[in-house]
Amino acid sequence: MKNVKQNSNSTAQQVSRRTIVGASAVGGLALGVGAGGLITKALAQKVLADATTAGEVSAWVVIAPDDQVTIRIARSEMGQGTLTGLAQMVAEELECDWTKVKAEYPTPGQNLARNRVWGDMSTGGSRGIRGSQDYVRQGGAAARGMLLQAAATLWGVPVDELKAENSTVTHAKSGKSTTYGKLVGEASKLPVPDLKTVKLKDPSAWKLIGKAGVKRLDTADKLNGKQVYAIDLKLPDMLTATIMDAPVFGNKLKSYDEAKVKAMPGVKGVYKVGDTAVAVVAETFWQAKKGLDALSPVWDETANNKVSTASIAELLKAGLTSNEGIFTGNKAGDADAAIATSAKKISATYDSPYWNHVTMEPMNCTAKWTADKCEVWVATQNGDASLAATAEASGLPPSKCEVYKVHLGGGFGRRGFQDYTTKAVLLAKQLPGIPVKTIWTREEDMRQGRFRPVSQCKLDAGLDAQGNITGFKMRISGPSILTAVAPSRLNKDGSDPAAYQGLNADGPEGQFGYDIADRSIEYAMRNLHIPVGFWRGVNNNQNAVYLECFMDELAKEAGQEPLAFRRKMMAKYPKHLGILNAVAEKIGWETTKPADGVFRGIAQHMGYGSYVAAAAEVSVSDRGKLKVHRLVMGTDCGYAVNPDQIEAQVQGSVAYGLGASLYQKITIKDGRVVEENFDTYESMRLEDFPKIETVLKPSGGFWGGVGEPTICVAAPAVLNAIFAATGKPVRSLPIRDVKLRA
Amino acid sequence: MANLNINGKMLDLKVDGDTPLLWVIREQAGLTGTKYGCGVGQCGACSVQINGELQRSCTISVKDVKAADKIMTIEGLSADSSSPVQKAWLALDVPQCGYCQSGQIMAATALLAKTPKPSDADIDAAMTNICRCGTYQRIRAAVHMAADMKKA
Repeated sequence: MKNVKQNSNSTAQQVSRRTIVGASAVGGLALGVGAGGLITKALAQKVLADATTAGEVSAWVVIAPDDQVTIRIARSEMGQGTLTGLAQMVAEELECDWTKVKAEYPTPGQNLARNRVWGDMSTGGSRGIRGSQDYVRQGGAAARGMLLQAAATLWGVPVDELKAENSTVTHAKSGKSTTYGKLVGEASKLPVPDLKTVKLKDPSAWKLIGKAGVKRLDTADKLNGKQVYAIDLKLPDMLTATIMDAPVFGNKLKSYDEAKVKAMPGVKGVYKVGDTAVAVVAETFWQAKKGLDALSPVWDETANNKVSTASIAELLKAGLTSNEGIFTGNKAGDADAAIATSAKKISATYDSPYWNHVTMEPMNCTAKWTADKCEVWVATQNGDASLAATAEASGLPPSKCEVYKVHLGGGFGRRGFQDYTTKAVLLAKQLPGIPVKTIWTREEDMRQGRFRPVSQCKLDAGLDAQGNITGFKMRISGPSILTAVAPSRLNKDGSDPAAYQGLNADGPEGQFGYDIADRSIEYAMRNLHIPVGFWRGVNNNQNAVYLECFMDELAKEAGQEPLAFRRKMMAKYPKHLGILNAVAEKIGWETTKPADGVFRGIAQHMGYGSYVAAAAEVSVSDRGKLKVHRLVMGTDCGYAVNPDQIEAQVQGSVAYGLGASLYQKITIKDGRVVEENFDTYESMRLEDFPKIETVLKPSGGFWGGVGEPTICVAAPAVLNAIFAATGKPVRSLPIRDVKLRA
Repeated sequence: MANLNINGKMLDLKVDGDTPLLWVIREQAGLTGTKYGCGVGQCGACSVQINGELQRSCTISVKDVKAADKIMTIEGLSADSSSPVQKAWLALDVPQCGYCQSGQIMAATALLAKTPKPSDADIDAAMTNICRCGTYQRIRAAVHMAADMKKA
């Protein structure tokens, strides 16, 4: 992966942060998606001409004379395979030779200068494929059309007599044939057609999309140390820094022992970064770290110093029954009345902790600042946001900034937030002309997370004499992510739509899959000083645990087995039911018995446009030791682009989500994070990884996400299997902290 | 100063003696395939071989490494990614983000050197490196595949 060749002719237009981050309208300049923004058409065309690299057919496709095809990818590859999947989609329509395809990232600066021709660079919400499938396929199809037209003109034949396949254009009537590499010179001079006129293949004609065994484009360099991650970057005269921000988030930095540290070997200086952080810059990382360890920084104290896990739990618990700061999401009928008159009333309270992303590669960013230009090299899930953060921190307009996207050592949502870019630029600005790489220690990475929010949930339901649910209530209490990071995306009433993920009456971001006439899903927003963020699966993680585990509690109270209990409420939700049934069949729910001492659990959910379900087999020893023997994970993601990578994502989602549910919690004491490294914040390792069978059932007709959805069902399936084994519901995470046997 | 034998090359490096070997490999020797993940010997991203033994280089001070010690990093495993472990990793598309994979490959290589035909339990016991992407199922399959390649 290389960045696209730099366009040295920067434009001078001023573009606000909002324009960069929020732009998404369709523009007609070149091929793809753009926003009008503040760039005039004439200016944009000039920039386009300057930036066009030799062999560019459309913005997405560059072809070399030797038929090597370079496909431009706007989204970030962080392991999820989207780079390969998106390239497959362009190549499918381009009809090129897949063995001669490579991929490259355009830079956010080029995207801005070219009127956002590559569309949204943000890579989150499992949107890599589903959010860009239409225009990347159109980009490939348009380029194929231009190549065909070039051949038609060359041979003086009608374009509809030509066929494009495997990077070759043939004319059957005359027997003429030539390759894309020979046509690219003429094709690239043709106008790019209007996207609306570009016809896409019918899915039945796909050859590369959905094919099994299509290898990733980015594996080879990950096997021999050649892959350059952001933390590996080397630049001439570069210095290395490490940083510490206020452990009690937001508290102001008061003092530090600068004189002592400045005299240490290799140390170039000690710099305040913003109002809250301090960095030591040195020749090497270890010198910088030794300096920071000796710095003794002191921060002021605020009311936040008194916040603890226990005080947070009290606040959230009050939210479960409070009448203040309450929002209502999915509501129909009168749940309270229906429950009040029920034969049986059931209530339960669940909770789940803060989680940190803990990407394998700790946060880091390299920045070089001069009065005319600020350049940043960063592993980012959102190049546009990195550019905006760079502009804001550097004090320079975006046109004088550039961001070079470097390979990510994991993302999981963490690298959508640009706090680490901002700090690196604020530091580099104090050392003009010198590239400074700021590397966070693992400890800093753990303390300065953008945490999956802590929450509690009270569930209430009534059952009639036949064991049917009469009314259902769910009250979630916890911090709001969007209030903290994107207030413009809040609902009009100030509520956070992300709080209801998987519980909505309708929509691709998680439709509640049970037909219950009298229902009410409420949210008590309780915000704290601890920064929250999007963590793979986001609020679906805990929402699915609360809902699906309570369903098993209700099934038991109704005297029914959990699958049948769910099915009778799911007739109106055939896709939810379809994948649940597929998973049940695979594990043998109704056909085989598990081994002695092994118990099964099942769960279903919908999120990120996909329908998912899981079934688990577990045992719990007499001493309460849990073993997960088997997991069947199912997804209906509509269309499956790369089945091998979907399988990898499903397995990965189990390690990430079930691993967190088993072991992880971020504890708050005296206002700060207690855990600092993998010794206290454990990650799932190979020996604990259950055997996973993936059931891929793409039913077609829609595009669902892949990276996140299945994470939501692994934990509830295991928790329900534990409930089946012990008869005692697990209502608190992580599981490690719960005594499974009395 | 440190005299180190890395991947068969003698290097004369200017470095403070208390610097962890990991950072000397990355910054002074310039071999960035060996990764920083935790700094406390927990995650295994920094795994290298020293005299054939698997070691976590973040917890070894460079002053404790002798010039006679033979250090092998991921870059020294093969000239062209042709070792059985690398070939198996490629065949099964094991990596996702890939950041931990240098360490995983070094750990798998060390395991197969001692246990040419490991069972799942052997693999579980030996492969303790953390992968946050969750490539474990493919790692297990690739270790078996590499073992079969070596046998063949």
